[in-house]
Amino acid sequence: MISFGPSEEQQVVREAMREFAEQVLRPVAREADEESALPDGILDQVWELGLTNTQLPEAFGGGGEARSPITNALILEELAFGDPALAIASTHPSAVAFAINDFGTEEQKEAHLPRFCGDRFAPASLALIEPSPTFDATALQTTVEPKEGGFVLSGRKSFVVLGDRAELFLVLARNAQSAETGFSAVDAFLVPSDTPGLTVSELELNLGMKGLPTVSLDLAQVEVPEEARLGGDRGIDAGRLLAGTRTANAALLTGLCRAVMEYAIPYAKDRHAFGEAIAQKQAIAFMLSNMQIETNSMRWLTWKAAAALESLEDATRPALFAHGYSAEQGMKLADDGLQVLGGHGFIREHPVEMWYRTARTLTVLEGVAAV
Amino acid sequence: MIDFNLTDNDQKILDYVRTESLVARKYARHYDENEAEFPPEELEEAKDFPGVWSLMGDRGPEDSGQSVIGMLITMAETWGDYSVRMRKGRGAGLGNAALGASGTEEQRTKWGGLLLSMAITEPGCGSDPSLVQTTAVLDEETNEWVLNGEKIFVTTGCRADGVVLWATLDRSAGRAGIKSFLVEKGTPGFNVSHKEKKLGIRADDTATYVFTDCRIPRENLLGGKEEIPKGGSGGFRGVMKTFNMTRPMTAAFGLGMSQAALDFTREQLEQAGVDLAYGSTGHGLSAAAAKFQRLEALQEAAVLTVCHAAYLSDQGEPNNLEASISKAKGGSAVREVTQGCIELLGPMGASREHLLEKWFRDVRITDIYEGTGQIQNLIIARTILDYDRSQLK
Repeated sequence: MISFGPSEEQQVVREAMREFAEQVLRPVAREADEESALPDGILDQVWELGLTNTQLPEAFGGGGEARSPITNALILEELAFGDPALAIASTHPSAVAFAINDFGTEEQKEAHLPRFCGDRFAPASLALIEPSPTFDATALQTTVEPKEGGFVLSGRKSFVVLGDRAELFLVLARNAQSAETGFSAVDAFLVPSDTPGLTVSELELNLGMKGLPTVSLDLAQVEVPEEARLGGDRGIDAGRLLAGTRTANAALLTGLCRAVMEYAIPYAKDRHAFGEAIAQKQAIAFMLSNMQIETNSMRWLTWKAAAALESLEDATRPALFAHGYSAEQGMKLADDGLQVLGGHGFIREHPVEMWYRTARTLTVLEGVAAV
Repeated sequence: MIDFNLTDNDQKILDYVRTESLVARKYARHYDENEAEFPPEELEEAKDFPGVWSLMGDRGPEDSGQSVIGMLITMAETWGDYSVRMRKGRGAGLGNAALGASGTEEQRTKWGGLLLSMAITEPGCGSDPSLVQTTAVLDEETNEWVLNGEKIFVTTGCRADGVVLWATLDRSAGRAGIKSFLVEKGTPGFNVSHKEKKLGIRADDTATYVFTDCRIPRENLLGGKEEIPKGGSGGFRGVMKTFNMTRPMTAAFGLGMSQAALDFTREQLEQAGVDLAYGSTGHGLSAAAAKFQRLEALQEAAVLTVCHAAYLSDQGEPNNLEASISKAKGGSAVREVTQGCIELLGPMGASREHLLEKWFRDVRITDIYEGTGQIQNLIIARTILDYDRSQLK
């Protein structure tokens, strides 16, 4: 049945997150960007909401609720409405925890999931992106080769969220000896941060989301044991893992665009030129109506992808649509939002220049959040 | 709960409609090239197909809502062909929607069985119907309305049994003076002047009506309210309400055709050896594959806005904003999708040997009728800015 109605429970979560985003995240977003640092205590404060552990099994200390990519997409939209950088930082461990939960062996779950069910923020990072203009998740340049009793990982990763503090990395690599291409040749490895051969860079300096700590990883013949391969002999469903992070990205962009729109509307009604509010001119009004049309479109594509993930279907295609469409529209809407504010849009006193940089950054990323 | 899976019941109906609409597609080219002919009421190969509404009986609460499935059925029909759709099961004209929204119980019972067209547009007024010049004057002696004026672009105008006509009781009263009237075919003074010649949807019946001292019974005023309300827009609001379902429906008409264009383009690209595999977002994707997937995402976005507007209607929630969103999105998406499909197939796409060029022409009206994309954007902007007509013109 085609339905656009969140459950009552989802509605409650959504409203709580909206309030949290407005009251906690938005007020500190600008400072985090200016200082290129996360506000003190923000990670623990979000951790208390239980966004990661609620959907992990009770056996490992989690809340035992069913994994729900739809609920998570709703949450990410709301948090990103507050601020995408803080939304990503505070939920990023889920990208690792959900992957272990969804694809890990019983032993791997037992070994790693309890750390995500504690009281304190558990920093862990998904290492997917590579520093190359030809980066493509289906054709990774980081490789893995089998070696007596384990594997050897080689390559470089970038935009590794929270890598400065992560205790555990989930590194995606391509099987160098596989005849297969695409997702089926992609594997994931659990790599503790103190593994020899793994070098974590200084913090990267990025265009947008400056408050979000990211690093590069250098993997120089990093040797890991057999049990580091997520899913054991089965490996992982990399298509599904990527679909989850792409859907998350689309949810974040939907929230960002709503933030832009809701900021631009009152500004345009307040700002007068030639005897009337600029919102009364079709040239401005139509940019705003387009924001409403496209924010809705992005949200429905996101929900459809999340629903496909939730019902365990192949979500590759809907996630690709949600991701690609949101990236294109997200950039345009942030761009238009800045234009509506004119000169003020260029001034750091207003958040739109920050959202403009955020949009250009977030729209080229994947693997920074998960549903 | 949020769900995008079709039930078996939903799927069964849509599969059926698609089978039927492929029969219609066989005739698409003929009636496009022979504009003066009307497609038959019934196609020989499809005459034993039961009407789609007969399959709607065993639907339950777990199936998609009536409006949502209605949109999907519409898309499945125009996916075959816009103009040679099956015509069994009447009562689906635009005028029927207006009768349902504005007519009294008695009027709905009396005329509900007729196929009704809707006549709003005039040579001098399109997007702004408050400029309607067609007049209705009450002759109190005979208890009749006397109608005078010309209406153009009347969909299903030649074949309709009657029309819901917009006319003004008092031109100086603006929108408040506009009322809708039901005029049956055969009424003296009601002339169907000609069928229009168009860019696309050529087989579709688009007529010009001329009313010359056309007399209709006093009770043919829809809703029965003869007075002109002071201030406010009076009965106008009622007629505008009609659009809350016809706007997404109109978008659905176009989206069925743009889906056909995408399906054809995929088939041709794959035959030519273009790899359309999903998964990569990087430079590994060919330009053709990247463009095709972008168009598919656009199509999907537009279809979802239509389903959303329909879903709200099924829930009994207001959907004025969402109806306009779906129409604006659908109208622009179908243009871009069909233009892009021809670009992807190159000269082959522009050949009349295939239906793609026809779909490109047929969908273009989507962003014009039932309110242009610009009018939809005005409605959306007024809503989100909380402006009235005088604040945002």
